Amino acid sequence: MNSLLPLFVVVPLASTFLIMIIGRFVKDFNKYFTAAVLLFLAVFSYYSLASLHGGLALCKVGGWEPVNKVPIGIYIALDGFNAIVICIINSVGFLAAIYSISYVKRYTGENYFYALFCLMIGGMNGVVLSADLFNIFVFLEISVISSYALVAFGVGKNELEASFKYQVLGSLASFLILFGIGFIYWKAKTLNIADIREAFKSGYDRPYYLFVELLILSGFGLKAAVIPFHAWLPDAHSSAPSPISAMLSGVFIKAVGIYVIIRLFFNMFVITEGMAILITTLGTMSMVVGVFLAIGQWDIKRLLAYHSISQMGYVIMSVGIGMILVARGVRHEIAVLAISGGIFHLINHAAFKGLLFLNAGAIEYTTGTRNLKEMGGLARSMPATSATSFVASMSISGIPPFNGFFSKLIIIIAAVMARFYLLAALAVVVSIITLASFLKFQRYAFYNKPHDTDDRKFREVPFPMVLSMAALSVICLLLSLLAIPAVRDAVLTPAVDILTSTVQYSTSILGQ
Amino acid sequence: MKGMSIIVKKTAQLISGMIFIYGIYVIVHGHLTPGGGFAGGVILAGSLILVTLAYGEEFFKLVREEMGTTIVESLATISVILIAVGGFLFGSKIFFNNFLPRGTVGELVSAGVLPLYNIFVGTEVASSIFIIFLSLIIFKEESPK
Amino acid sequence: MTAYYMCFGLFLVGLYGVITRRNLVKIAISLSIMEISAFLFFALIGYISGGVAPIVNPADPDKVYVDPLPQALVLTAIVIGLATTALLLAVIIRIYRKYNTFDIREIRNLRG
Repeated sequence: MNSLLPLFVVVPLASTFLIMIIGRFVKDFNKYFTAAVLLFLAVFSYYSLASLHGGLALCKVGGWEPVNKVPIGIYIALDGFNAIVICIINSVGFLAAIYSISYVKRYTGENYFYALFCLMIGGMNGVVLSADLFNIFVFLEISVISSYALVAFGVGKNELEASFKYQVLGSLASFLILFGIGFIYWKAKTLNIADIREAFKSGYDRPYYLFVELLILSGFGLKAAVIPFHAWLPDAHSSAPSPISAMLSGVFIKAVGIYVIIRLFFNMFVITEGMAILITTLGTMSMVVGVFLAIGQWDIKRLLAYHSISQMGYVIMSVGIGMILVARGVRHEIAVLAISGGIFHLINHAAFKGLLFLNAGAIEYTTGTRNLKEMGGLARSMPATSATSFVASMSISGIPPFNGFFSKLIIIIAAVMARFYLLAALAVVVSIITLASFLKFQRYAFYNKPHDTDDRKFREVPFPMVLSMAALSVICLLLSLLAIPAVRDAVLTPAVDILTSTVQYSTSILGQ
Repeated sequence: MKGMSIIVKKTAQLISGMIFIYGIYVIVHGHLTPGGGFAGGVILAGSLILVTLAYGEEFFKLVREEMGTTIVESLATISVILIAVGGFLFGSKIFFNNFLPRGTVGELVSAGVLPLYNIFVGTEVASSIFIIFLSLIIFKEESPK
Repeated sequence: MTAYYMCFGLFLVGLYGVITRRNLVKIAISLSIMEISAFLFFALIGYISGGVAPIVNPADPDKVYVDPLPQALVLTAIVIGLATTALLLAVIIRIYRKYNTFDIREIRNLRG
């Protein structure tokens, strides 16, 4: 198991280049091969999660054993937290690949699409698995560069403009991250996350590392589109092909943004209360501002993109509340509750936001428009899309018994118990506005009178698209089971434990 | 794309071969001297680009060339990955393991798999930089006047 | 220390270019300048004055070697920067073909 961990990166990378060669000569090789590879990765990720038992699997690439207990090789580590993120990446990726089989036929150059898709998956897996700061940067760039190209895949005016904006802001973020890594290396003289944590034990130069923390936070905040850095997200996510939008919104901003922020600020930096409050404030701001920006949108995909910002705000806010409590060293059980609520919402968001973007893609596929004002009455002609999008809309707005309800409930309970009454109230208000916004989406897209001059009979989308949407809506329902304490103990508790006991990650990596 | 004047053509003809051989030298001595796969690959690509710029090329030939170079690039990358997997298969079940005999320090054939990595990385870098050049030229050529 | 200040100055030059220039290609060039300042920073933190290339010679234990790790990192970062720049330029060429201009003020299809 331990030595097989690099397969998460090696398999998608190898399949990228296989597609580039064989896909040229064999028709339809690319789509089925991609789906098969991602199925393998998804199964393998669930197997890894199951065989972990709350421990930590470590692989030293190249067999470079530590010298005098100082790690010198590149480490790849899988623990309770990133196992969950790996599962999200590969399962949403698998369903998006299934969906692409019929969706991508409208573009030329399908080969490049699937190659870039595999490359993006490999990069994200690498970011999440890597226990080494510089490798996080390298894999981040691999996945981000392929996402730049995928955003521009339609080569229309909008796509190119969105991709350009995304590239300029993304490059700025990369430089900030690169400078942050440089500053850390300058003082700590190591790049291994666990080893950096050990170096911090012997002396933590607070003003110096405050500067570094700000650099890293703004860099990864730009990748995660936290609110002052959000300008690129609505353009990029709405211009990409729909399966890619689902990947970007459902997985990408979590894997390369939020996951890294949480991992570094809990397990690498020494948690300070001021930084925790800053992170909570950023989260709250994204939660509130994102939903208000979403209200006025009539383009489905832009609306969904702004809601992504808002829902990510929930995750960051609740993790931030947990971080404040951990920094104060008080009321450990509430910190655990807040962080598990955040991670639970992160999982849920991957399911329902992925599903919503796939729905938007299905609507665009049949009607050819993304404007809510130009559609209507689709519930009769597209029953499967309508039903699945109903499930997703109810999930995102927090209606029981769908998964979004439970995670939002946990977040709000944790905020109240931690005596952050304002944040709890804001979370409730934002949830209500989200419900209103999605009722608008449902009404205009599916239940209004059909648009007057439009006599065409719309038909349901092809089978692979329906299949992946149905699978995701079943997942939306099944994820509610994570609220049951027994299931939560098995899945969420190892993840929360490794975050709240901040040094456990480094000691168990350096101990092996 | 049009070629350039006779002076440029003649100069390119004279020095491009030397640049190419120098690139190969940098690649194969990668484990002994500064340089290696990336630096040598860039030099190789430089000589290819020099020839293409000096002599010019028809549009369709450029497109065909790009396709061939893409295949070379993908094959080189797959070879690198295969060597990495070879460490898993032949050695101690670890990826990127150095499974060949190391030899003596300072010899040209030494350091196990490192020269192989350098050669394939060099091919990959040379072909990918050449692809970047070709794609940008193709973009420029197919744009409406 | 002067070198670090100059490196920071280079970063600011790039940032100034990204913010004030209106031409897409000039923005790409400014991004490259910022990138180079990051590379320079890495090269500087690995340098030890009087250090030589780290090919360790056991016969001469007093030698001071520069830190090889940042150099490896810079090489990796240069490769990444090459890919980013190439992609950015490709997108710029495509944009020029769609809009017939490099002026960023006229490329404003996406709003809201």
